Amino acid sequence: MTETQDPYAAFADARDTTEGKVFTVTGQDWDSVVSGLGDEPEERIVVNMGPQHPSTHGVLRLILEIEGENVTEARCGIGYLHTGIEKNMEFRNWTQGVTFCTRMDYLAPFYNETAYCLAIERLLGIEDQIPEKANVMRVLLMELNRISSHLVCIATGGMEIGALTVMTIGFREREMTLDLFELITGLRMNHAFIRPGGVAQDLPAGALDKIREYITWMNKHLPEYAELCNANPIFKARLQDVGYLDLTGCMALGISGPPLRAAGYGLDLRKSQPYCGYETYDFDVPTWDTADSYGRFRVRLQEMWESLKIVEQCADRLAKMEGEPVMVADKKIGWPSQLAVGNDGMGNSLDHIKHIMGESMEALIHHFKLVTEGFRVPAGQAYVAIESPRGELGVHLVSDGGTKPYRAHFRDPSFANLQAMPILCEGSQVADVIVAVASLDPVMGGVDR
Amino acid sequence: MSDHQPENLPATTPGGDARTPAAEVVDQREGMFGVRGTGDTSGFGGLRRQVALPGGSAKPYGGWFDGATEKLDSLVGDGAIEKVVVAHGELTLHVARERLVEVAQHIRDDADLRFEFCSGVSGVHYPNETGRELHAVYHLLSITHNRRIRLEVSCPDTDPHIPSIVSVYPANDWHERETWDFFGIVFDGHPALTRIQMPDDWPGHPQRKDYPLGGIDVEYKGAVIPPPDTRRSYN
Repeated sequence: MTETQDPYAAFADARDTTEGKVFTVTGQDWDSVVSGLGDEPEERIVVNMGPQHPSTHGVLRLILEIEGENVTEARCGIGYLHTGIEKNMEFRNWTQGVTFCTRMDYLAPFYNETAYCLAIERLLGIEDQIPEKANVMRVLLMELNRISSHLVCIATGGMEIGALTVMTIGFREREMTLDLFELITGLRMNHAFIRPGGVAQDLPAGALDKIREYITWMNKHLPEYAELCNANPIFKARLQDVGYLDLTGCMALGISGPPLRAAGYGLDLRKSQPYCGYETYDFDVPTWDTADSYGRFRVRLQEMWESLKIVEQCADRLAKMEGEPVMVADKKIGWPSQLAVGNDGMGNSLDHIKHIMGESMEALIHHFKLVTEGFRVPAGQAYVAIESPRGELGVHLVSDGGTKPYRAHFRDPSFANLQAMPILCEGSQVADVIVAVASLDPVMGGVDR
Repeated sequence: MSDHQPENLPATTPGGDARTPAAEVVDQREGMFGVRGTGDTSGFGGLRRQVALPGGSAKPYGGWFDGATEKLDSLVGDGAIEKVVVAHGELTLHVARERLVEVAQHIRDDADLRFEFCSGVSGVHYPNETGRELHAVYHLLSITHNRRIRLEVSCPDTDPHIPSIVSVYPANDWHERETWDFFGIVFDGHPALTRIQMPDDWPGHPQRKDYPLGGIDVEYKGAVIPPPDTRRSYN
């Protein structure tokens, strides 16, 4: 009979490795660690933070080497949320790809959708045929999304340093934003609303009134964040000079978005390489000069005001656009997504069914061909980058002339910005790691895809 | 058959002007719906479709493309830039892989080029492009001049090595690890080329075209739906 070994019998068993003597500490075993270290102990503790730690923003694993409370080395372990979205997109048609990519950076779904659709439209050569109303709706949704995304960043960032009120009010305002998303797209997340050629649906009745109510609400409640945080000594003590990364570091590491703008450089693709008609809106690019977590917070706070300004301008434009088309006129591209609420709930629009079944043979053929086969995109590649709440979101699309993407690659800003984690954290205290990571605002759905 | 334009392809394919790139065939597709080894009664089995990507463009390229490529040519000399492709208003430079680091260094440091921001690298697998199966595609942004450029480097599947440009663009660290992870391209000179998304002991490189998507049959009331990569589909 073989002797079975209790794996928990010998706590803190010492092992000799190339790095020296290593103990795996499980708790309540400090005596054996101390005695095992001998007379001249070398104290080097490697702490594994995450992947399930609540303040690592999803399933992010931080590997910290600490000396007392000080972090001497830090590394990221990612990939825990890798779901193979890019690979999956190669097996669905171009329009279905929207449903996949919206799930990448789940706090900024409209940005994923827009970037992907803009790349398809460039390959199709229909960039200048997108109806004006579709562009305004895209801008509206993206800017609302910037507000909701920044709110989550500020709210969870506040919660992690103990500012619970910032969290509760942050999610309160985010809820108002998601209500608007639900009204306009039908869903709070994972909308798949922005489609190649335009958007899926026209603005529903009463949406403009709701948007105006929302603007009034935000004008009343957005100042609360500044009042709670901007001059709050505890908040400032936790954020100021934490996670410092200057412009040189940002450029070397390819950092974009609020961390770059907090370092004083106002790079914003909405201004430098406008898309969706951003050049026609009046807004500013806020910057800050401290290059620390506090600066990033202030930049985000100010960006929400700028986004609200754009939302207001969109609402004014949409008020004059009633009944205009929201999908490209080319019937061989525009997905037949006409829906209507009937007696038995949401379903295909009866008008559309009447049109294809009773009035137009061509409409029926287009509907059938699009839904079964999809449209073909000329072979080639395109790279489109837009300014997401976290920085440059780039889409590299390769088409082989077929009905599906040959390759879709997303350059997610969370992924690129997270590379700065070690330089932000090394030399600081463990508690500052939380603040520094939160100031980058990584969303693991986007990092791992 | 190759000059046949599928009827649902929008009529926006570039016309016959001088700058239209000559197409470069990278693949040949046969049949439709992915039907294999069964009696074809539909007639679709006879379809032949060439996959032709935009090929090399002739000068002038238009806009700032001419000045930038001439400047780069004068800096790196012959043999570094194999081909220049202008399509969809984007400039692609195909770079010889042994000259990549040199090209990247010049493209970053020269005041007239100054592509200081690297948006990372993305891999593409063309299994039927013999000798050039694996492509690494770099997207660069010049904030100074507000321009974008694409560098494309290829390597054969049998020798999947491309020099790392992390020494020039530190931002490319994780991107190269990701491309190694998904495509198996070895970036020589990378400080720590390890898997980043897949587990360390994962076999294979998932984004390659010969790597299956996976998935299982789903049965519902007797009917079986195969996983997406084995379903019939248009090709």
